[in-house]
Amino acid sequence: MADNFNFELVSPEQLLLSGEAQMVTIPGTEGDMGVLANHAPVMTALRPGLVSAQMVEGEEQTFFVAGGFADITPSGVTVLAEFSLPKSDVTREVFDDQKRLAREAVDAAEDDARKTSAQSYLDQLTNLESTLF
Amino acid sequence: MASLKDLRNRIASVKATQKITKAMQMVAAAKLRRAQQAAESARPFSQRMDAVMANIATAIGDSEGAPKLLSGTGGDQTHLLVVATAERGLCGGFNSSISRLARDRARELLAGGKQVKILPVGKKGADVLKREFADIMLPTVDLRDVKYVGFDNANDITKQVLAMFDAGEFDVATLFYAEFQSVISQVPTAQQIIPPEIKEVEEAETASSASTVYDYEPDEAEILEDLLPRNVAVQIFRALLENAASEQGARMSAMDNATRNAGEMIDKLTLTFNRQRQAQITKELIEIISGAEAL
Repeated sequence: MADNFNFELVSPEQLLLSGEAQMVTIPGTEGDMGVLANHAPVMTALRPGLVSAQMVEGEEQTFFVAGGFADITPSGVTVLAEFSLPKSDVTREVFDDQKRLAREAVDAAEDDARKTSAQSYLDQLTNLESTLF
Repeated sequence: MASLKDLRNRIASVKATQKITKAMQMVAAAKLRRAQQAAESARPFSQRMDAVMANIATAIGDSEGAPKLLSGTGGDQTHLLVVATAERGLCGGFNSSISRLARDRARELLAGGKQVKILPVGKKGADVLKREFADIMLPTVDLRDVKYVGFDNANDITKQVLAMFDAGEFDVATLFYAEFQSVISQVPTAQQIIPPEIKEVEEAETASSASTVYDYEPDEAEILEDLLPRNVAVQIFRALLENAASEQGARMSAMDNATRNAGEMIDKLTLTFNRQRQAQITKELIEIISGAEAL
């Protein structure tokens, strides 16, 4: 039996999930990563996507996250998400709102580097649309 | 001496005022509960953020290429004071104590030959500071239509602050707000947000996390570039939430006082009223009796 580790998912507004997990999947900017206990310390930025956590007790829980970081240490994982909701609570409206914000960010970007990163953020969000709905 | 009618009117008006203050107190109590909850649920995020910041700062904070947001511009000639107060009054010393702290700081800096800019968030503080610092005030950030402060509000303010920072308009930014301790105690606080004060992480945590070497994905610089503005936003968000809770707490105790004072006043007025009514009755009786005797 694999070890368990401490998993926390926090957004600025609230603590969404905290507890012992067996495995957590995180949408990093460089690709999805599955994290088990005793993972080497990694700090990764997040792209918009789904974080799923297989908790010790209960079923697998899935959350929508947009932007933020994951702080991975051997003893635990903390996901600091700029915006996060349980997947089941993500409605069309919420998602469209996020997309609108992303689009505005693209329009507001002043230099090319920012425009590219805002655009890729928007693309990732659009890609996600099909998995969500 | 006030007539009976005057007294009666007076009592009625004080009673009406008492009703209002009582209602305001109850509304504040209800809002306080919510604001406190919001402040509490935001706490884990900012705590984790502090820990992560401390980690990264120790990793690359001293190196040459550290971003300006972390290490500062090197100067401290121009200061930006972000003063967060309430949009509404009638909350005791809440607004004035924050503005006083900001005012003292601004005076001190100006006396030291520094340049100061003030970004007021909330109308009440702006009104007070405008009297003295009208020429260095930036447009007030209005949160009047905001019922419950969300992260978006903090983000908007952050964007404004960061745009100014990028344009080199200030070197050091300090945030003024009232930290919520309890209903009767809110502590006006000044917190430097740019460059950030790196909080000392507790011993136990430092031993386990800071000593470990992190892998960064993408690289450190990129993460840091993303993290630093977010940290500013989180600090501002936290300040706004603390402020919201403090404001309601201050209002609740102020209104509690007002209700009690109104009660005392009513008692006193009622006593005077009764005494005067009695005196009048006695007077009338004497008149009747002496009239009867004269017959």
